[in-house]
Amino acid sequence: MLSRLVLRAAPAALRALPPPPVAVGVLHATRQLHTTQQSLAPLPPLPEKGGEVRHGLIPEEFFQFLYPKTGVTGPYMLGTGLLLYLLSKEIYVINHETVASACILTVIIYGIKRFGPDVAAFADKLNEEKMAKALAVKNEAIENLQAAIEEEKKEQWRVEGRSYLFDAKRNNVAMLLEANYRERLMMVYNEVKKRLDYQVAMQTLKRQKEQDYMIQWVEKNVVQSITPQQQKESIAKCILDLKALSKGAHAAV
Amino acid sequence: LPAAVFLKDLKLMDVKLGQLPSWLAMRDFTPGGIAGAFRRGYDRYYNKYINVKKGGLGGISMVLAGYVVLSYIWSYSHIKHDRRRKYH
Repeated sequence: MLSRLVLRAAPAALRALPPPPVAVGVLHATRQLHTTQQSLAPLPPLPEKGGEVRHGLIPEEFFQFLYPKTGVTGPYMLGTGLLLYLLSKEIYVINHETVASACILTVIIYGIKRFGPDVAAFADKLNEEKMAKALAVKNEAIENLQAAIEEEKKEQWRVEGRSYLFDAKRNNVAMLLEANYRERLMMVYNEVKKRLDYQVAMQTLKRQKEQDYMIQWVEKNVVQSITPQQQKESIAKCILDLKALSKGAHAAV
Repeated sequence: LPAAVFLKDLKLMDVKLGQLPSWLAMRDFTPGGIAGAFRRGYDRYYNKYINVKKGGLGGISMVLAGYVVLSYIWSYSHIKHDRRRKYH
């Protein structure tokens, strides 16, 4: 109930507050968000070797930490003293487990000393193969992309020859049109010649027919006009002529 | 002093001995904070000793040695009975 009262009073109270000072914006601007130069890609490469560890158990930093005050043997003296203290106060108790752990540790250390380098080389080889495969994939991808770039450039160069292509095509089309036009011209010429020849043939035929008919008609009329009287006279005349001719021939011989 | 502005931004190795209690009191003890502390510790150890190209034996052997010591501490009350002398 009282909270509702407060909530209703809140906007009025907020409005009653003085406006926030301008310095607030300035304070926000001066606080930088990303001060380091970090960026996630490309990832930085893995470090080559891990932190140094001495005797496989104690990091090197411990020895460096004690070096200024105690020199080189400092940590070892510390270790010996600590061990003697643990043994004498029996904080570390020697029982059957000690013997067991001693045997196990001997075997482990012997195994590591003997097979360590071989296992390390094998693991390194596996890593190398993985890296080589990844690198091969990446190189192949890069080569493919470069080949694609070359192809693209070539295509762009080919595009420049478009104008020649279109010129050749235009020439082809023009030639086709020309050939077609000439063919049709020839056809028209032939057709017209045929018709004209026909007319000429018709005229010659007609004239020939007329000539023949006229000759025939003349002959017919002439033959009709030769009366039998004329025919006898002509035959007698022919005989007389022939006789004369034969006389002439006899005389020549 | 621009170097030591905020006590809680200092790392543990930079805190002076007298400031240690106040520094501890300012740490984040919520469950999220504790989980974050474990995560940061794990990440630091992992990136220093294991996530490298040629990791050595020290990486896991330190973890195993720590496990051995921890298990010895946890079972000390049982091992106490194997002591040879009662008074030291």
